Amino acid sequence: MVTRRDFLKGAVAAGVGSTATGAAARETRKVPETAVGLLYDATLCVGCKACVAACKEANGNPPEFSTKEQLWDTPLDTSAYTFNLIKVYQNGTMQTKDAEKDGYAFMKTSCMHCADPSCVSACPVSAMTKHPVTGIVSYDPDKCIGCRYCVFACPFGIPKFQYDSPTGKIGKCELCRHRYKEGRYSACAEVCPTGATLFGRTVDLLAEAKRRLSLQPGSVTTFPRGRLGEAAVPGVKWREEPDQRYEAEVGRYVPHIYGEREYGGTQVLKLSGVPFEKVGMPKLPPYSSAATSETIQHTLYGGLIMPIAVLGLLTWRAKRTVPTEEEAEKNEGESA
Amino acid sequence: MNAHLKPAPVGGPLLNAVTLTAGVLVAVMLAIVAIRFIYGLGAVTHLNDGYPWGIWIAVDVVIGSAFACGGFSVALLVYIFNRGEYHPLVRPALLASLFGYTLAGVAVIIDLGRWWNVWNIFNPWTVNVHSVMFEVAICITAYIIVMWLEFAPTFFEKFGLTEAKRRLSKVMFLLVALGILLPMMHQSSLGTLLVVAGEQIHPLWQTPLLPALYLLTAIAMGYAVVLFESCLASAGYRRSIELHLLTPLAKVMLGVLLAYLIVRVGDVLVRGALPLAFSLSLEAFFFWLEMALFLLPFFLIGTEEQRRHPARLFLGGIALLLAASLLRLNSFLIAYQTVIGVDTVGVNYRYFPSLAEIMVTVGMFAIEVLGYIIITRRFPVLPRGEVHA
Repeated sequence: MVTRRDFLKGAVAAGVGSTATGAAARETRKVPETAVGLLYDATLCVGCKACVAACKEANGNPPEFSTKEQLWDTPLDTSAYTFNLIKVYQNGTMQTKDAEKDGYAFMKTSCMHCADPSCVSACPVSAMTKHPVTGIVSYDPDKCIGCRYCVFACPFGIPKFQYDSPTGKIGKCELCRHRYKEGRYSACAEVCPTGATLFGRTVDLLAEAKRRLSLQPGSVTTFPRGRLGEAAVPGVKWREEPDQRYEAEVGRYVPHIYGEREYGGTQVLKLSGVPFEKVGMPKLPPYSSAATSETIQHTLYGGLIMPIAVLGLLTWRAKRTVPTEEEAEKNEGESA
Repeated sequence: MNAHLKPAPVGGPLLNAVTLTAGVLVAVMLAIVAIRFIYGLGAVTHLNDGYPWGIWIAVDVVIGSAFACGGFSVALLVYIFNRGEYHPLVRPALLASLFGYTLAGVAVIIDLGRWWNVWNIFNPWTVNVHSVMFEVAICITAYIIVMWLEFAPTFFEKFGLTEAKRRLSKVMFLLVALGILLPMMHQSSLGTLLVVAGEQIHPLWQTPLLPALYLLTAIAMGYAVVLFESCLASAGYRRSIELHLLTPLAKVMLGVLLAYLIVRVGDVLVRGALPLAFSLSLEAFFFWLEMALFLLPFFLIGTEEQRRHPARLFLGGIALLLAASLLRLNSFLIAYQTVIGVDTVGVNYRYFPSLAEIMVTVGMFAIEVLGYIIITRRFPVLPRGEVHA
């Protein structure tokens, strides 16, 4: 951290030619205690894509086609019309599920709901906001100017834009926050038949992920489905659901909970049998670039101290060198 | 020769081969822009979710506004470092800046997907003051207004509004100061825009020093564009060239360039990114091309003797403009890759501008040429010079 701050002071000195004001570096923010999110366990996923279909339905999104015969929804990546997608990893003979070599594996792609989201920091008009309680990163098209800085900034490539429309919007997962008033949580978790995608509080999801990593691969344990625990969200009463727990064998995980530290932490957590870089999850530092960016901005512009100081200096110089019309005429008279 | 020659209109016909060609290019651009507004960005651009920003941002806005730094760079020299001898260069440089920035502002609107909401940037209830984009937008808007005010005396002169001109001249020092501060703020912030993209920008370009790199090159580009324009205007209008100003100005430009290179090379070394420049990659190739272009001015106009040749000054200016433009193109497009490390289960996004995108950029340039010719021929901008032919 020291070197980064030194860098910034260098940027200030070189950039504005003024002494650094020493504004405090903005640390990467933490996931709120009350945050909700998802836990995706790739070893439980059977690739049925019920979550993809449910997401489309819950968000009113149209099917997208990548095949010649446009028979069913076949997007290749998330888009402004596909907020959730199951991708498949394939290697060699593809014989063993969740094996890196000669195997195959699934991976869910959707918004990670970062503790310190780049899209929120980037958005000039607060169209992207992070809820202080639930931590859900949501989008407001009535504020959005369509600059697509959020698309540019997100390290997971999540916010996407509707280029095919003259009134295009950004599209991304908002954890189905619009369904909470009906007592229903994220559609992807609700329909998942194996509990590969769970909805819940991020602290509970993290505990569950740690529990699974601590178990012996091949041993039998109980897996929840749908919603994990109370998943309390203020003002929301979840619908009654039957007990959906079931017993199954523990998968062979890589010893890593993706999202626990990446980018300063995310509310969506992932477990996988294949290294995460191989299944499309980028290797990221434990801090958010939003913090770096805002530290630079706050150092240069905090309290407008530096701009005002520089303006004062410039005005003082310009007052002596820029002639008013009277002075200009007088000068001309003298030189003539 | 009187050093305080007042600017005067160049005169001459407005309709010629250059203005006619520019007019046609502008018409083509307007047609493409109409399609973009009716059917959406996808109808005319190759933008995609892997490359949400194309040449309309990287070239028309980022490079376009940097080309328009002549006004601020020359004002910095004349009014802050009190080098009054360069005063005849102020008005033409300011004119080019005025055009460049106004067009960059127009280019932003064309690129905005939800342009009718643009007022939200100025709405205190919606702005996000932590956003680099907000800072850029506010400072560019304010600077465009300041520049129109700075340039207003030229129009007042033309239309005989002497009282308005007198009143404005009393606060001109404040406008000049703002006209230097604002571009310093947003030209550096154009670099800071990339910081939040983190790992998605190649390490040869991703650094917290981006604002310093962008600011220093913007100032150097300001002088380079004056060299370029002065030589071009002298040739085009068959006027004597202001060598007594351009020769020392070129030296100032080299000084700023040297400062840039020290920061740039030092930063790459300290961050340990240099080994990446020796890998076989597109990024490494463009990095060396960029560095070679930045070094070229030292070979073209490195000595006092070389700086007395108008052709060398012209080429030296062009080399720097190309170098600093490539820095911007490289860091915004070549160095950008969304979601790194996704090779087995991702979509490999690619971007190369469509013909329509290129024609809009060309059209923007044509407007600038057209506007420059009309205004210098009809308004008192260029120094009153002897005509050779």
